[in-house]
Amino acid sequence: MRITCPFCGERELGEFTYLGDAKPARPAVDAGEDAVFDYVYLRDNVAGAMSEHWYHGGGCRAWLKVTRNTLTHEISVVEPAAGVGAAKVGA
Amino acid sequence: MVGGPQTHRLSNGGLIDRSAPLSFRFDGKTFVGYQGDTLASALIANGVKLVGRSFKYHRPRGILTAGSEEPNALVELRTGARREPNTKATMAELYEGLEAASQNRWPSLRYDFMAVNQLFAPIFVAGFYYKTFMWPAKFWEAIYEPAIRRAAGLGRAAGIADPDHYDKAWAHCDVLIAGSGPAGLAAALAAGRSGARVILCEEDFALGGRLLSDGGTIDGLPAAEWISRTLAELAALPDVRIMTRTTLFGVYDGGTYGAIERVNDHLPSPPEHQVRQRLWRIVAKRCVVAAGSIERPIVFAGNDTPGVMMASAMRTYVTRYAATPAKRVALFTNNEDGWRTAETALGAGLQIAAVIDARAEVSPAHRSLASKGGFTVLNGSVSGVEGGKDGVKKISVSMTGGARAEVEADGLAVSGGWNPAVGLTSYHRGRPKWQDHIAAFVPDGAPPGMVAAGAANGAFGLGACLREGFAAGAAAASDAGRNGKAGTAPSADDEAYSLTPLWHVAGKGKAFVDYQHDVTASDVELAQREGFESVEHLKRYTTLGMATDQGKTSNIAGLAIMAAVSGKSIPETGTTIYRPPYVPVAIGAFAGHHRDETFHATRLTPSHHWAAEQGAIFVDTGLWKRAQWYPRAGEKDWLESVTREVKAVRGGVGFCDVSTLGKIDVHGPDAGTFLDRVYINSFSNLAVGKARYGLMLREDGLVYDDGTTSRLADDHYFLTTTTAKAGLVMQHLEFCRQVLFPELDVQLTSVSDQWAQFSVAGPKTRDLLKEIVDPAEDLSNEGFPFMGAREVALRGGLKARLFRISFSGEMAFEISVPARYGEALVRNLMQAGAPFGVTPYGTEALGVMRVEKGHVAGPELNGTTTAADLGLGKMMSTKKDFIGRVMAGREALVAPDRQVVVGIKPTDKARRLRSGAHIIPKGQTPGPDNDQGYVTSVCFSPTLDQWIGLGLVERGRERIGEIVHAHDPLRGEDYEVELCNPVFYDPDGGRQRG
Repeated sequence: MRITCPFCGERELGEFTYLGDAKPARPAVDAGEDAVFDYVYLRDNVAGAMSEHWYHGGGCRAWLKVTRNTLTHEISVVEPAAGVGAAKVGA
Repeated sequence: MVGGPQTHRLSNGGLIDRSAPLSFRFDGKTFVGYQGDTLASALIANGVKLVGRSFKYHRPRGILTAGSEEPNALVELRTGARREPNTKATMAELYEGLEAASQNRWPSLRYDFMAVNQLFAPIFVAGFYYKTFMWPAKFWEAIYEPAIRRAAGLGRAAGIADPDHYDKAWAHCDVLIAGSGPAGLAAALAAGRSGARVILCEEDFALGGRLLSDGGTIDGLPAAEWISRTLAELAALPDVRIMTRTTLFGVYDGGTYGAIERVNDHLPSPPEHQVRQRLWRIVAKRCVVAAGSIERPIVFAGNDTPGVMMASAMRTYVTRYAATPAKRVALFTNNEDGWRTAETALGAGLQIAAVIDARAEVSPAHRSLASKGGFTVLNGSVSGVEGGKDGVKKISVSMTGGARAEVEADGLAVSGGWNPAVGLTSYHRGRPKWQDHIAAFVPDGAPPGMVAAGAANGAFGLGACLREGFAAGAAAASDAGRNGKAGTAPSADDEAYSLTPLWHVAGKGKAFVDYQHDVTASDVELAQREGFESVEHLKRYTTLGMATDQGKTSNIAGLAIMAAVSGKSIPETGTTIYRPPYVPVAIGAFAGHHRDETFHATRLTPSHHWAAEQGAIFVDTGLWKRAQWYPRAGEKDWLESVTREVKAVRGGVGFCDVSTLGKIDVHGPDAGTFLDRVYINSFSNLAVGKARYGLMLREDGLVYDDGTTSRLADDHYFLTTTTAKAGLVMQHLEFCRQVLFPELDVQLTSVSDQWAQFSVAGPKTRDLLKEIVDPAEDLSNEGFPFMGAREVALRGGLKARLFRISFSGEMAFEISVPARYGEALVRNLMQAGAPFGVTPYGTEALGVMRVEKGHVAGPELNGTTTAADLGLGKMMSTKKDFIGRVMAGREALVAPDRQVVVGIKPTDKARRLRSGAHIIPKGQTPGPDNDQGYVTSVCFSPTLDQWIGLGLVERGRERIGEIVHAHDPLRGEDYEVELCNPVFYDPDGGRQRG
């Protein structure tokens, strides 16, 4: 598998580390235990396009948000994950 | 040169070098072949028909094919450590001195004792494992399985470490081509002319594919001339790379392909400093699969008799190798293409006994060939073969209309038609689709960027191969953005290819579908009767297609027979899933250089070379080698050395290389806020020039890592991690910084390799450091108090960092210098410390002192403990949010009966404590119900003069003084221990503050 890092270009899978679902955002400080529980444990298990966190540790050390089709491994979008997991104001 | 005459070699012709005779040995007998031969062709040239014994029934077997699809002719190639089992004789290039041995026979190939298995054939049917050897149950492991394994099998592994090297390499191209037959070469021409970067892989050592055996006329030139003209043009193109002896074996995501290059398999052993094989990962924008097709057998009784051979293989042996598998040949075909073998045989002066054609009609051209060659054409099918280990003798024919005929011949060429090689195109679960006019599956659903061309795509004519190959090459180049002029395609006529599908001829005797796994037509029929009708079940129940050849010659016939008996069509029956690798690949090739001492990268500490000079014993810690202890002359074991080191530190001064700790510079105006969020305790309120112990949780509330972090400036912290988690903590902090807290102005820099760091510990630490540090620096308790951290100048002016932190519990500093000064610092410490008896200590002494002080480490930070479990619950700030805060408050994580860190010591002071022992309350039966925890870390404490340890014990801290049992079923031990304060040494910490 090859991932096109927005900073480094197309690189081989071995340079990257997989984390998982990029959808959950860290709940705000006062969101309560249930919200944090969901954030920590509840993950979508998508058959199809899924947005995921990948870490380019063998390159620029950027965290990336990668849209990968879990059925075909086709990668359609790779973008910096800056702020992707940040608590939403008012959330 | 010894060896008899090559009785079955034609006097001229063939792509062999008669001026380069090569002697070789097969089963101890010496023969001679030529440069350009394979082991198979050389054996044929020497009249050898019997080359192996079959897997289950030990039936005599000969050579069936001339390629990588060979199921029968497997040998052990080479001897000693290089002995390689299950090597296809059809792929092994001949070299001077080659040694090969047949497999799965005893005492010899001709007189195989286990051939008696044939008498017991009825019990070896499909699924026999599950049926025959069921009772009594305990007999399976003790008797049945070992006996079956001895009797059934293939070659023997060398059993000795492989002496050769294997390499791994990457390559990148626009267009990757598999195969150098007419389609592959035409594709390379088109893509190369268009300006594409091309890599063409050919598994053979010669280029040309079927052209080498079947010839033909291309652009008015004989095939051989066209090949050399084409290769010359390709060589002149700027970026066309041709790799022979290289099989493309798999396709992976994102246009990555696996190929195995047999760099030096054609030599007795690789030349010095060269690898035996190279595993390639090729990244290609487009791939043209021109892998050709595989001729398929027809299943009939005795079809495994040595001398029965694929018709195309017979042409290859006669034309390419000038070797004649038989003197008097019969041909059994159901298609037009098979007749070419009759033409080839006649052209080579062989006698043709008969052509048995299963089709209703035979063309006038072939009728006239028959009359010219003086042989009969029988309209019917072969129903049986008489013969044995000496080869084919007589062939029974069932004539269309019911009559029977017999043909005397010493060889039988068989053609059941051709199957496109659909492996590569199907590896991403592409399901090949059925084409009626060729009665074969063709590629469908190939991975993105891949296309099949020529025979691999079901286009069998030479002209069609050239056209399709050229078009595919041009399109692939264009898709890859190369749009140069491809010019005109090479052209040739198309031969006729008509066939009447025929899979199985009824007859008496075993009719083999899968030669290598001894699966017969009746096994397939039995599987159907017993309900294993799905092809995936058929495969697993009968093991059809599961041998090392992956059923290249057998799968389609097997499912065709299944289709017939289950009353379905072949496409309805379907194919099994295709999986890589296309040919077996040695595990050594996948490992490459990653074996033995280069299995992984090795990281050496700055003091490594010095420590090695001292005779240090090293321990692997992740990738690191760390000095474990420094033995001295006269010390009888490690314990004596470690005890000495501990006493030297506690009584004087010692030092230890702690450079393996992860080190991260945290810069920026929000650095303190950032650390507040990742640690459970606060760092924004840490004064500049101070260090603090910090603990990180995972978001689920369990402890992640610990370490000391110092504030070197308002906006600069220096964070350390454990050795094990150095990389992971960096990754975690980058995640927090980039993904969770993008609003913070903070930067992280890994400086683990930039700093050499040593712990200098013991009451005489200041005396030693005064010799190292610039005298102007104040190291007194007032000038540099406990937990102080700042930059200092060393004597000579080098800037260093000094941290007054202590893991040993003694008065201690950690001193940090740029890594390149690490070794010099160690030598200075030794020299300056000599008057104080300075003692280097290793990780064992470090561990002893941390257990004595009750500090937690890896065995306690084990991913299941909370901060409170470790006795560090009070560090959790209630004034701020931090990673893991909410989840750490969950009911089970704050339950009062959790297992928490406690000290443990045997009541018998002479007793050795062992880690892993379970804690059982006194008077209770050992077992899971009464298991209250376990011993995590132990050491012999020289300070207390007994074994002590730490453990995780239910409500441990409330039970100080309680006597419990350490139960150790693994070592058969059970003894009394006392739960105690985990800080065994200097519990009020006076020594480290002094």
